[in-house]
Amino acid sequence: MEHSIILRMNNIEKDFNGVKALDGVSLEVTRGQVHGICGENGAGKSTLMKVLSGVYPAGSFGGSIEFEDHEVAYKTINDSEHDGIVIIHQELALSPYLSIAENIFLGNENATRGVIDWNKTNREAALLLARVGLAENPATKILELGVGKQQLVEIAKALSKRVKLLILDEPTAALNDEDSTHLLGLIDHLRGQGITCIIISHKLKEIKRIADTVTVIRDGKTIETIDMAGPDATEAHIIRAMVGRDLNNLFPPREPAVGKEVLRVENWTVHHPVDVARKVVDGASFTVNAGEIVGFAGLMGAGRTELAMSLFGHSYGTNISGQVYKDGTEIHMRTVGEAIQHGFAYATEDRKRYGLNLIGDITVNVSAAALAKLAKYGVIDKHREYKVADSYRQKMNIKAPSVASVTGKLSGGNQQKVVLSKWIFSGPDVLILDEPTRGIDVGAKYEIYGIINELAAQGKAVIVISSELPELIGICDRIYAISEGKLTGEVAKADASQETLMHYMTAGKD
Amino acid sequence: MTTTTPASKVPTEPPVRRRIPKLSINLRQYGIVAALAVIVILFQFLTDGRLLLPGNVNNLIQQNAYVLILAIGMVIVIIAGHIDLSVGSVVAMVGAVAAISMNEWGLPWWGAVIVSLLVGALVGAWQGYWVAFVGIPAFIVTLAGMLIFRGLTLVLLTGGTISGLPAEFTAIGAGWLPSYLGELGGRDLLTLALGILTAVALIVFQLRTRATLSRLDLPREPAASMWTKNGIAAVAIVWFAWLLSDYSGTPIILIVLAALILIYNFVLNRTVFGRHVYAMGGNLFAAVMSGVKTKWVNFYIFVNMGVLAGLAGVVSTARAGGAVASAGQNYELDAIAAVFIGGAAVQGGVGTVVGAVVGGLVMGVLNMGLSILSVDAAWQMTIKGLVLLLAVAFDVFNKRRAGGR
Repeated sequence: MEHSIILRMNNIEKDFNGVKALDGVSLEVTRGQVHGICGENGAGKSTLMKVLSGVYPAGSFGGSIEFEDHEVAYKTINDSEHDGIVIIHQELALSPYLSIAENIFLGNENATRGVIDWNKTNREAALLLARVGLAENPATKILELGVGKQQLVEIAKALSKRVKLLILDEPTAALNDEDSTHLLGLIDHLRGQGITCIIISHKLKEIKRIADTVTVIRDGKTIETIDMAGPDATEAHIIRAMVGRDLNNLFPPREPAVGKEVLRVENWTVHHPVDVARKVVDGASFTVNAGEIVGFAGLMGAGRTELAMSLFGHSYGTNISGQVYKDGTEIHMRTVGEAIQHGFAYATEDRKRYGLNLIGDITVNVSAAALAKLAKYGVIDKHREYKVADSYRQKMNIKAPSVASVTGKLSGGNQQKVVLSKWIFSGPDVLILDEPTRGIDVGAKYEIYGIINELAAQGKAVIVISSELPELIGICDRIYAISEGKLTGEVAKADASQETLMHYMTAGKD
Repeated sequence: MTTTTPASKVPTEPPVRRRIPKLSINLRQYGIVAALAVIVILFQFLTDGRLLLPGNVNNLIQQNAYVLILAIGMVIVIIAGHIDLSVGSVVAMVGAVAAISMNEWGLPWWGAVIVSLLVGALVGAWQGYWVAFVGIPAFIVTLAGMLIFRGLTLVLLTGGTISGLPAEFTAIGAGWLPSYLGELGGRDLLTLALGILTAVALIVFQLRTRATLSRLDLPREPAASMWTKNGIAAVAIVWFAWLLSDYSGTPIILIVLAALILIYNFVLNRTVFGRHVYAMGGNLFAAVMSGVKTKWVNFYIFVNMGVLAGLAGVVSTARAGGAVASAGQNYELDAIAAVFIGGAAVQGGVGTVVGAVVGGLVMGVLNMGLSILSVDAAWQMTIKGLVLLLAVAFDVFNKRRAGGR
């Protein structure tokens, strides 16, 4: 196939109220290739894609864009989609109560004079689903599908628009390994059909596997374009370009000082809140000691989050049974309030939905779980509250002009630091951190690991739940594997490898 | 990947400049106060100065007291992400109970007030139970309440209207503080004294807060802005007292209102309960996961709304001098409009007591100005509707510009 350039973005500049988000980014994408874009959070990747797709209309940014050898000036997303440029955002945009077929053709219905031809719609949807390898009935409602399958529906939708250039923004951020592998395979397959693809990802392994070329962006500038068949195609090289410095050590060093047992859970069983007969967690027993970091590894849907949330004041599930011992005495936590009183903290995997008041500022979020500490007779000492929040802002290196900054406007890494501040301020003995580094860039991840280490050094019992096995192996002293609600293995740091863990995590599955 | 380098390679960003942040000026809050000022000046001009005649200023307070009281309860309901459509019917029912308790059971005026507040609290507990513990949306529960309590009012008032209420009772809505300090040139000295005292208290309070902030090295408003703002407020208070002193003095309901505004402003800004209300409106799930007892907070929000609706019932019955079955019609809409004009967000999580009160006054001044101009009632309603729409639209545009999205 002839290797021509399908897209040229020249010297793109874009600022928001005087703050430069893009400062002369240039990008060349070859037809029929998969082009990776890497960069830390806030580097300008998503802004660049919004410029390309017309979310920011032509004229609101500097520089020029050529698509298929014509200079283009998109005013809306519709303009760019008309030319065959389709962007799939990190947060999927499907309507949950509509069927797969309805979603695929939403805004693009097979209709004559406003009347929809359902046979044609479902037939074409079925063909598109076959192309993306999704074995589902087109009439199935979106809410019945997992995130991985929803992602495939998005791609089917893009294909229905005769896509030439498909842009995927962090497509695997919310997917488990299985779904990620399938998705990458699909992208590979689409490349074979001549569809050009731009993929933005934090996961360098994926980039390395799938991309033909990688462009690294940092601080709104193009740093380097790397040919992935060439000698520079190493993760270390890409990371160096992303952070602008060497980052040889992904995990901060730590001397574990494990003390006596703090938490012991026996026979913990949790039933699904709706499908009551189903056991989501089945007889789980485990212990965590003071100063120890214990990992929970499991595929999505294995019951990791459900185990954590049901422990944390029964905030998930029904018919919960089993015993919890803290410092040797049995305790009962039936509400979140009781769990906090017993010295438990749970930092959720979904910080936007369960972790933060996004319209509230840093102060109110930091104090939210421990207002009682700042109040007398129900009246809050606002001066002390400010001082506490400000001290966490400095200690945790939360990048914001002041604690009066609204958390919804912070980057993912800084939001996560606010969530951690909230739980550290509540003064827990047992911290459960669910996916503490999801959607966070390399630099901020390192800082979060440092915080976790410090918590352990203070003698707290720390539980880390993560989908990223290297992360668990890198920071934990001990790792439990969970599969289909059962704890299937326990591995000490010295024996932990991705292969062993994956073996336990898939135990019981055929 | 090699893992041998020491921790000195930790990626750290350059430190953010340490500075004491200035408190950003809440444009929306000042916007509504400015809008009130503009509307007052506009109508003062259009009515050839009749709007701010002492009698009209007095009526502005006494006629709108019920909306302001309801708006204070409603803003809490709305911040928490709910709505209460039943308050108009509750006002009518409580009015009927109050009148019956005095005229048929022979209770003294204060007994009737206590019974009224208790009935309000019961109504609130009833609705709060369904919203908080059963989980039925407040829109439905209070829509049902609107019908239920209107129906019960009709049952209670089968004999038609009840009038001839004791003078002590009607004074709550239509009376004034006695002229303890006498008069000077036809002006009530007590009113003037109260006005000056309030203005001085405001300035002293602000200065003391500032001193505390300064001592604790906390961020504070620039001095110029503080003085301008509070200077204008102090002058406005004294001028307001000057006008009232020329009529019949200080309306009793004004004292009640002032106390409510102070108390509820404190509750929302400084107490754990208030913080929980904002937290639930901002993100209910996050509030649950932070240990907020959301069910009980919801329950108390409705009990509080019920008590305030009971008080509004007392006030409007006192002002009308009797209980009628049609009392309180559309009061819920007035209160909800006041809250949204005052800057609350439909999604919840945002709103202030002061905003709601100013929003209520905007509606009140509009009503009065248009009445003085003898604008037809049909047109008055149309204009009020447009003002509500424009106020919220202004908010939406502002947010869009600020958000850059």
